[in-house]
Amino acid sequence: MTTTATRSPARADQRRTVGTVLGKLRPRRNPWRHAWFLEGFTWLYLIWSLLPVALAVLFSFNNGRSQSVWQGFSWRWYYQDPVNSVLHNPDLHAAVIQTLRLSVYVTLITVPLGVAFALGINRWRGPVASSFNFVMILSFVIPELIFGVAMFFVFTRLFTSVGLGSLAEVLALVTWNVSWPALIVQARLVTIGRHYEEAAADLGATPWQVTYRVMMRLLAPAIFASAVLVFSGVIDDFVLVDLLSSNSGNTPMSVYIYSQQRGGNGGPALNALGTIMLVMSFAVAIVGYVGYRWLTRGERGSRIDALTTIAGEG
Amino acid sequence: VTGPSGGRSQHRLFWAALAAPGIIWLALLFIVPFYAILAIAGGQLDLFGNPVAVWNPLHWSSANFTGAWHDVAGASAFVGPIILRTLLYVALASVISLVIAYPAAYFVARFAGRRKALFLILLIAPFWISYMMRMLAWIDLLQTNGYVNKVLSWMHLISQPVDWLGGMWITVVLGLVYGYIPYLILVLYAGLDRIDQALIEAGRDLGLGRVRTFVRVTLPMSRQAILTGMLITVLPMLGDYFTNQLLSGTTGTAMFGNVIDDQLTSSGGVLAGQGAVFSLLFLLVLIAPMIYYVGATNRSSRGAT
Repeated sequence: MTTTATRSPARADQRRTVGTVLGKLRPRRNPWRHAWFLEGFTWLYLIWSLLPVALAVLFSFNNGRSQSVWQGFSWRWYYQDPVNSVLHNPDLHAAVIQTLRLSVYVTLITVPLGVAFALGINRWRGPVASSFNFVMILSFVIPELIFGVAMFFVFTRLFTSVGLGSLAEVLALVTWNVSWPALIVQARLVTIGRHYEEAAADLGATPWQVTYRVMMRLLAPAIFASAVLVFSGVIDDFVLVDLLSSNSGNTPMSVYIYSQQRGGNGGPALNALGTIMLVMSFAVAIVGYVGYRWLTRGERGSRIDALTTIAGEG
Repeated sequence: VTGPSGGRSQHRLFWAALAAPGIIWLALLFIVPFYAILAIAGGQLDLFGNPVAVWNPLHWSSANFTGAWHDVAGASAFVGPIILRTLLYVALASVISLVIAYPAAYFVARFAGRRKALFLILLIAPFWISYMMRMLAWIDLLQTNGYVNKVLSWMHLISQPVDWLGGMWITVVLGLVYGYIPYLILVLYAGLDRIDQALIEAGRDLGLGRVRTFVRVTLPMSRQAILTGMLITVLPMLGDYFTNQLLSGTTGTAMFGNVIDDQLTSSGGVLAGQGAVFSLLFLLVLIAPMIYYVGATNRSSRGAT
């Protein structure tokens, strides 16, 4: 007790001097205070970003022909109207079906193609492999309009048996999206490293067994994430299908909305179509998130990692 | 069973076989199509003025190139002002995007705390909403009897409804901002989130204020993200032909993408050859930023942990 009693005044004094020196250096306000201005700004941005879409969804339930004046709630544009509802207008529901068909076909072709490509390129190495890897990344960054022009020419002038229509759309969309699985799987391969593979090979597994029994299991989250990205990317795609569709039977929702609205044939039925697209995409996103979390259970990754991966920014 | 060297070459064959379908696909449906653009651009015109593809480079002609040149510089030139307008719109739209996106991404990356997942969901949400639906939303709001005019006249900012969709450049520029900003925000968020918090704390501990820490530490460290994010928004904006069609529809706001799209589809494709030339020109201008982006993607995918 005595020692502390004798030492404490000196120490308090010392602490006071240090305190005043620090006080001069330290900014007057709490440096870790909450950024209220930035938060307000962010909320304003989010309102600006999402409120218009919410209103557009609302107007799909409008009981009138206007897309801008509210006239009461109804399911008219979904199924009640005998002529212009999504259910009864053949062009409208053909658009829904075409979007779904394209998404399924393109995902089923793109994902195996891209995964095999990524595995092969990553292990093969050599000039051919690296130059085609370059081509693949180029297809990721090329402006869609230029790629669409190239596709338009190749199907109308060279591979004329393909022509315009569903087949052209599928072929173009697969090429456009194949970089998703290829890039994501390659990134995952880097993370995994080669230990598991080498262990399996040392235990006598053939390359096929290594690929099928070891790599496919380890790559499952990456493959799943890329399937989600491809599926939703096809729902949202516009430029390629706009250039390559030829009639109402092969016109997906995005192109239908564009051409009708631009042609002055707008109306809440288009909002209904857009809402259906939105529900489809959100369903894919939720399935994607839940599925990705399930596949990566037991890993260190957080909810946030799963979110950014499903959005293509992993 | 096989010796080590035999085994390895066998393995190489296996991997090559695995990559082969993708390689053939890309060769046939990515490389060949670009050659098709060249073949049309270098092709000749038949008796009716229709472009004919010429597959042998030795027989290429300059007919389409002179045609395209007349569009740019001849007596009936119309492309020059469109190119200028496109550059202006895109420059303006990308600067506005950055000014809006950076603070929002910065907030979510640094200050959102436990609500980060919520903010991220809201930031990502536009990814899952179709571009056309998002444009449709603004078309609804910007009608002459729409909510934008109602709110503005309620605030006494305008005396009579403004025809926002009648060819106003500001509508098109803000439409571009609205359309492409989610991509920019996510890239900026990812870049800002990667910055080690300890570096920022060090800046603060060494006596820098909030603003100076930002300018001296955070901003330089997010330069890469800004560059990539700008590329990711500017490249598609330059090729955009649908935003201005939906939000204005007049030739007074036409952009470079419209030139290509029109020449491809209108008047039975007579001008497709010039469309091919303009596509090549477009590609040529963008090749440098694209290669830069490929390099950045390569680096980050190799360095990913």
